[in-house]
Amino acid sequence: MPHFTSPQSQESCEVSKPRSEMADAAVHTGHGQEAVDNDVDMIGTNGEEKKGVKLDDLFADINDEEWPTETQNESKPESPLSPIGNTNEISSSDPGLMRMFYQRLFPFRYLFQWLNHSPTPTNDFGHREFALTIHDNTDNEIYLRYQSYPTADLIRKDIIAKLPSRFEIGPVYTTNPRDRKTLRNQSSFKPLAKELCFDIDLTDYDGIRTCCDKANICIKCWQFITMAIKVVDTALRDDFGFKHIMWVYSGRRGAHAWVCDKKARVMDDQKRRAIAGYLEVIRGGSQSGKKVNLWRPLHPHLSRSLDILAPHFQSDVLETQDPWASSDRAEHLLSLLPDKALNESLRKKWDSSPGRASTSKWADIDALAKSGASKGLDARALLEAKQDIVLEYTYPRLDIEVSKKLNHLLKSPFVVHPGTGRVCVPIDTDKLEEFDPTNVPTVQELLREIDSWKSGDEPASNAGGKTPADWEKTSLKPYVEYFRSFVLALMRDERDPKIKREREEAEGLGF
Amino acid sequence: MLRQDFNRPEIKRRALADHRKKQFADPTYQATEYHHRLNFYATPPTADITLEQFEQWAIDRLRGRLSFRRSRFLPPLTDLQVLAELEACSFRNKSLDETASHMKPLLEKYLLLQSNTSSSSRLFDERQKDHYSHFILRLAFASTEDLRRRFSRVETMLFHLRLNEESSRERDAFIKDINLDCEQVTEDERNKYRDELAAVTGFRKGPEEETWIKVDWERVPDLVESRRVFMRAGKAYVPSKEQSSMVVAEFTKRLDRALELTARALPRLDEDDRLTPILDHLSKNFITPDASYTSSTSSVAGADISARNIDTLSAHFPLCMQNLHRSLRRDAHLKHFGRLQYTLFLKGIGLNLEECLIFWRSAFHKITDDTFNKEYRYNVRHSYGDVGGDSNRRGGGYSPFSCQKILTEHPPGPGEAHGCPYRHFSLENLTALLQGVGITDRSVLNGVKEDKESQKFHMACNRCDPYSCYIVPLLLICGNRVFEHVHKNEIKKAKEESIMTSAQLETIVHPNEYFKRSYLLKNLGKVNGDDIKMEDS
Repeated sequence: MPHFTSPQSQESCEVSKPRSEMADAAVHTGHGQEAVDNDVDMIGTNGEEKKGVKLDDLFADINDEEWPTETQNESKPESPLSPIGNTNEISSSDPGLMRMFYQRLFPFRYLFQWLNHSPTPTNDFGHREFALTIHDNTDNEIYLRYQSYPTADLIRKDIIAKLPSRFEIGPVYTTNPRDRKTLRNQSSFKPLAKELCFDIDLTDYDGIRTCCDKANICIKCWQFITMAIKVVDTALRDDFGFKHIMWVYSGRRGAHAWVCDKKARVMDDQKRRAIAGYLEVIRGGSQSGKKVNLWRPLHPHLSRSLDILAPHFQSDVLETQDPWASSDRAEHLLSLLPDKALNESLRKKWDSSPGRASTSKWADIDALAKSGASKGLDARALLEAKQDIVLEYTYPRLDIEVSKKLNHLLKSPFVVHPGTGRVCVPIDTDKLEEFDPTNVPTVQELLREIDSWKSGDEPASNAGGKTPADWEKTSLKPYVEYFRSFVLALMRDERDPKIKREREEAEGLGF
Repeated sequence: MLRQDFNRPEIKRRALADHRKKQFADPTYQATEYHHRLNFYATPPTADITLEQFEQWAIDRLRGRLSFRRSRFLPPLTDLQVLAELEACSFRNKSLDETASHMKPLLEKYLLLQSNTSSSSRLFDERQKDHYSHFILRLAFASTEDLRRRFSRVETMLFHLRLNEESSRERDAFIKDINLDCEQVTEDERNKYRDELAAVTGFRKGPEEETWIKVDWERVPDLVESRRVFMRAGKAYVPSKEQSSMVVAEFTKRLDRALELTARALPRLDEDDRLTPILDHLSKNFITPDASYTSSTSSVAGADISARNIDTLSAHFPLCMQNLHRSLRRDAHLKHFGRLQYTLFLKGIGLNLEECLIFWRSAFHKITDDTFNKEYRYNVRHSYGDVGGDSNRRGGGYSPFSCQKILTEHPPGPGEAHGCPYRHFSLENLTALLQGVGITDRSVLNGVKEDKESQKFHMACNRCDPYSCYIVPLLLICGNRVFEHVHKNEIKKAKEESIMTSAQLETIVHPNEYFKRSYLLKNLGKVNGDDIKMEDS
C-alpha cells in the first residue's frame, strides 16, 4: 500500500524537493493575486508579485516536512495506482478513502491561512475550536468538541490520525479551547469571533418544489439555492458592505455562506440576530397559511430582491416547477389571493381545464381581474398579494439559527459529505449560474483522477516544469484555486498596515 | 534599529507618575448648568449636598417596596418609588406606553422634571436632584454585575420614557447637544436615494421633510433587524422618528461603561462611615420581584413523587403540563421541546433523575431500549445536569420553564405539544381540552374565552414582533382563572383559616408554582400546616 507509507519513510526521497516546491508556491501566489487584483481594487499593485514570494517564503520551511504526499510523486513519476480498484463502490467515509483524501487532497494550508488571517500562526487559528465526528470500532459516532491546533501541520497530522468523517469549525475563544478546564475563572472562557454564517437547505423548500423532496435534489430545484445566493450575497455586499463572502456547497442539498470580514467576525449575537432578522421574510410553520406578510411600501432591500427574483419566478418556478398543477396546490394559491369573487371565477376556469400549466394560471389572475370578474376588486391589494406570492416562492429560506449565534459550529469547506461522497466545494459567485451540484466531484472520483493523471495532461499551467500537487491533477483544482484567491484577498485586507509599511521599507533597503 | 527607541518606556512611566499626582490634585469644580430636561449624566456632580439630601434623593429615585425601614433621618417610606416600580413594570411586561401612563403620577411626585417651556423657577433644583440622585445610585449599584445590569436597565427605561415625552424640538436640540458622532445625510445623497428613503418612511411624508442621519449600522441593530432604516455599504440611514432609539442605545452604552469604571473605583472610595452604610442599604433594598424559581421552594414535602405516581399527580398539573402528559400517553412520544418542557417541570416538582429516566422509558413504550438509550437518555440526563459542560453540571442542568418562557419562546410547530394551551391553541381546541380535564363550568369557560379573545387586540397593535410579550399577563390571568375555579373551595378554606398568606395566593407565574399550590390546597388536611408556614418564611 504505497499510499499509506508514513512520513518518515518518505523523507529519504525528498532531498531535491524544497526548491521546486517553493517555486511552485510562488507561482501559485502570483496567480491568486492577479485574480484578486481584478476583483478587489487594491492599492499599490507595485511589487505585489514580490510580496507574494515573501509571503510564501515564510512557509517554505514548513513545507519541507509538512506536505510529504504532495511531492511524493516527484520521485515516482508514475503515480501508483490506487490500492482499491473500483473506488466508486466504497462508502465515502471508509477510513482508507478518508486517509487518502486528507493526505493528498485536502487543502490544509489554505484552510489554515483562511482562519489565521496571516501567514504566521496567531491566536485566530490557535484558539479556534474544531469539532470532529469520528467513528469508534463499533461504528458509533463520537463527536469531539473543543479541538484546537496551533499550526497547519498539526491540524493535518491530527486529522489524518483521527480520520473524522467530517469536521466543523467553531469560534475563536479567549483562550485555547483545550485549556478551558485549567482556567481558574471558568467564565472567562468565552467565544470571541467567528465568521457570520448562513445556511440554506433545500428541505425547507419542500412545500414549493415539485421535482424532488427530502434529501434529494436536482438541477431544477438547485435554482432555488442559486436565487437565494444572489439575494443574500447582494444584500450583504451592498447593504452591509461586506467584501469577503464565500459560498460553499454543503455536500448534499444546500449551501453555506461564510462572511469573513473582520467586522463580521467580531459581531456579538445581537448584531448577528439583526442581520438575520433583516434578511428573514418567510415566517411560520406548515399550518400558518400565508407566510409572507410585509409592510408597504416595500423596504429597499425587498424591492431590490423582488427585482432579482422576478425573472427566476417566471422561468425556474412557474415553468420548471409548475407549482400549481394539481388542484389542491392551486387551492393554496387561491388562499393567498385577497379577492373572493375573483377566486371564484379563477376556480371555475381552472376546474374546467384540468392540467392547465402554472404559467397560464398565473396569467389568468391578471386577465380575469382586468375582465372585471370581481366588481369591488382592489387592484393594489391584488398586486401586493402577487408580490407576496412571488416572494413566498422564491425568497431565500434561511436556517436562521445558524446565523444568530456566535458559537454555532458549521461544517468546514472541503470536507466530504458522508452520505454523497461529494466534496463541500466553494461556489464561485461570478459563475453562479454554471454551478451544478450533480457535477461536484466525489472523493472516489477524485482519487481515481489522481491515478489516471499523466504529466503531459496539462501543459499550459505547468510551464515551469515543476510537478503539480495532487489536487492539481484532479477536478478539485478550480475549487482550490478559487479558495486560494479568496484567502489571499482576505489576508491582504487583514494585514496590519504597520507591518506592511515595515515590509515595504525593508524591501526598499534591498533587504 | 533606532526606531526601537520610540517604544519609550520612560514616557509611559512619566504618564503614570502624572496620573498618580492627579489623584491628589484639587478637583476643579465647575458650576453645572442644565440646558435640557434630559441628561446623559456625563459629568459627575461636584457641589455639596447634605447627608439628608444624599439619602432622600436616592430613595426617591429608588424606592422601598418593603417599607423602607431606615435610618436616622427620615420617616419610613411606604410608597413605591420610581426605579423599583419601573422594574416591576418591566417584569409585568408592560408596553412602553402602559408603563408611561403608570409611571406618570410617581414621576411627578418624586422626580418631577419640567420642560424648558414651563418657566418654573424650580427647574434648576429639579434637574439637580435628578442629576445627583442618579450619581448616588451609581455608587450604590456599581458593586456587582447583577446590580449594574438591573440599574442600567431601569435607568435606560426612565430615560426612554422622558425622551418620548419630550417635544420634538427640544429632543432635536438635546440630540444635537450630546454629540452622537453621526453624520447628517447631505442633500445630494438624499436625492440620490430618494426612492429608497421614501420607502423606509412610508408614503405619508416625503424624505425631504425628515432629517436623516447616517451611522454605522452596528449602532442601531434593532432598527436594522426590523428593517426600519435604509442600509447602504454598512451605513444605516436613520429617519428622525427612529433616532430616539439610537439615543437610548447610546445612553445605555455610556452608562454601562461608566458603571464599570465606577465599580473599579469603588474600592478606592476611601469613605468613612457616613456614605457607605447608606449605599449598602440602598442596594440591598432594590429587591427583585422576579418570578424566578428556586428548587428549594417548589418541591412539596410529603408527596410521593415517583415515576409510577405521575399519573395521579398530573391532576395537579397546570394545563400546559396536563396537555403534554395527555399527548405523551396518547402517542407514547413527545417531540424535543415537549420533552424538554415536561422533563424540567418534573424535575421541578422533585422527581429525581433515576425516576425521570424510568418515567420516560416506560412512557416511550413503542421504541426499543437501544433507541431510547441512543436518542433520549442523554437529553434527560443533560436537563438534570448529569452530563454536559462544566457549567451545566455544576448548575444542576436547566431551570424549569416559567410561564413567560413558555409563552414567548419556541412557539410549537406542527406535531408539537409544548407551549401554553391558552396561548397556542385555537379557542375550540382549548375549550375541548379544558372540558377534557373536567372544567365544564360555563362562566369559567366564557371567562377564558374573553381573556383569550382580548389578546388579539394587543397582537394587532404590535407591528414587529408577532410573539409579543404584552399578552403574557392576560394569559396568566387566564390560567389563574382556571386555577381559582378548580381550587375555589380550598382557597376559601385556606383564607378563612389563614393557613396561607395572601402573598401565597398571588398570581401564578410558574408552572411549578401552580403544582405546588394545587397540591397543597388539595391536601390541606393532610399536609402539616407548619410545613407550609415554614416555606412562607
